[in-house]
Amino acid sequence: MFRIGSGAGFSGDRVDAPQSVVASIAAAGEGGAVIFETLGERTLALGQIAKRHDANKGYEPLLEELLEPILAQCIASKITIVGNFGQANPPAAAAAIQKIADRLGLGRLRIAVVAGDDLLGRIDLDATQRWDGDGRLPELDGDVIAINAYMGAAPIAEAILAGAQVVVTGRVADPALALGPLAAHYGWSWDDLDLMAAGTLVGHLLECGSQVSGGFFADPGLKDVPDTANIGFPIAEVNADGTFVITKADATGGIVDLRTVKEQLLYEIHDPSAYFTPDVTLDITNVEIEQVGPNRVGVRGARGHKAPELLKATVSFYGDWLGEAEISYAGPNALARARLAISTINERIGIRGLPVRHRADVIGTVSAFDSDHGDLLVDYSDTPGGDYRVRFAFGASSQRDVERAVQEVNALYCCGPAGGGGVRQSVRPRVRTMSHLVSRDLVVPSFHFVGAQA
Amino acid sequence: MSRTAQTLKLHAIAHGRSGDKGNRLNVNVIAYDQKHWPVLIEQVTAERVAELFAHRGVTQVRRYELPHLGALNFVIEDALEGGVNSSLAVDTHGKCLSYLVLALDVQVPVETGADAMSRPALQTVS
Repeated sequence: MFRIGSGAGFSGDRVDAPQSVVASIAAAGEGGAVIFETLGERTLALGQIAKRHDANKGYEPLLEELLEPILAQCIASKITIVGNFGQANPPAAAAAIQKIADRLGLGRLRIAVVAGDDLLGRIDLDATQRWDGDGRLPELDGDVIAINAYMGAAPIAEAILAGAQVVVTGRVADPALALGPLAAHYGWSWDDLDLMAAGTLVGHLLECGSQVSGGFFADPGLKDVPDTANIGFPIAEVNADGTFVITKADATGGIVDLRTVKEQLLYEIHDPSAYFTPDVTLDITNVEIEQVGPNRVGVRGARGHKAPELLKATVSFYGDWLGEAEISYAGPNALARARLAISTINERIGIRGLPVRHRADVIGTVSAFDSDHGDLLVDYSDTPGGDYRVRFAFGASSQRDVERAVQEVNALYCCGPAGGGGVRQSVRPRVRTMSHLVSRDLVVPSFHFVGAQA
Repeated sequence: MSRTAQTLKLHAIAHGRSGDKGNRLNVNVIAYDQKHWPVLIEQVTAERVAELFAHRGVTQVRRYELPHLGALNFVIEDALEGGVNSSLAVDTHGKCLSYLVLALDVQVPVETGADAMSRPALQTVS
């Protein structure tokens, strides 16, 4: 049996979570792996921008906080660390990890860097196909910051077989972080599609960290989660035949049961018979799950079909500026005053001729569900009095126009409806992403050891 | 068993989670108890979900069925006002939107005797 734990499910996850995961795997005494998924669609673009400002940056900003407390135990207990925390600059992440090792007196580590995902300047986007899930999103219209293809698990597995103690990647398919160590450990054939599917399913269930072990799950009275301040991150115990048990770190909060596993099984899945990854097309329609003990769920039945011909690539480019500004109204007739603030700002945008997209929500009514046009708010009439916060959002390619729109909200202090208070405002640039499908010929995965001569 | 039914929020008999990719939203809806699977299949239709999101300009809703998990998976196109990187909405990911679906009214058979519907069992962990 091979144990793989999750150390992070996104860039910004709880930094102390990996510690109990590594301690649990180490206590079992059979080695294993711990994986870090910290690379959302736009994270890579943010990394690319950071790298342009400083050649030593562009990797996961929390890397040191995540790894320093666990690195010594991972090395001592033969727990391979695999993460896409390299983001836009895997070599710099590798150097940072070696620095931690030096501080801890661990000596020279075998740290592998996976490359090949970066396609910036190497492809003609006009000659590629857009991914259909972007729907009605407009065409690219800004300066391209990054283009990165989702690569499969092979370079990770090869690096581990070559002796890597740490594998640093940029863009790889999230489940590849788990499939790589599994394929290396068991020597699974890349042609055995059901095993590829099983390893991919392990990765799919682990990749969002605690989302399979009680995170993003609690709904008091219906779905109660013990000790939400100390949720144990998940560990998969995987057998050579691809069956596995999902459990979690010892002596932690959280919960692993059929409900948590079902929610994560279908998380960000579209057609359950065809979840595309670079290594396999995963079919979960016949997956069987069973509670086999407290906080232990057995999983079997993943099926694999041929991998897609084309690889998905994320294209990031400078988007528009986002301005947000908020103001509160409370007490009798507060909702009417909030509505008046919105119509006033709409009129002011017109009077000043500001070319901004804009939207307003009344927080405490239907803000999370409403449309840009406020269709639901029009019909909302539950409680005219209360405590409401009006939140305005403005988007435009011009920073100055967005700043002017935000300033109009500030002006509501003196010119707006009675009793408006607590204005907060921010203006920031945004990175936009689009997905394209690219030929496999353009993507050449490889790995090398840090400090090794080519 | 009585043939009468009571109106409940879907939230009382099912749980779910939403996720985003680009401008596409998916929401899974999972029955707490397999006996409510027929309610999901018959009443939580793609048409009703499309109505829920009509104000967002949704262009298509597909419903996938996973009977042995008691789960439905809805794939909702163009539900995210442009998605995480260009939407002006408060919740650009659409993470709250599973609860829009769970707020649907459903007619649930009222049972008597030993099978009477109770609140979903609370999970206890020792």
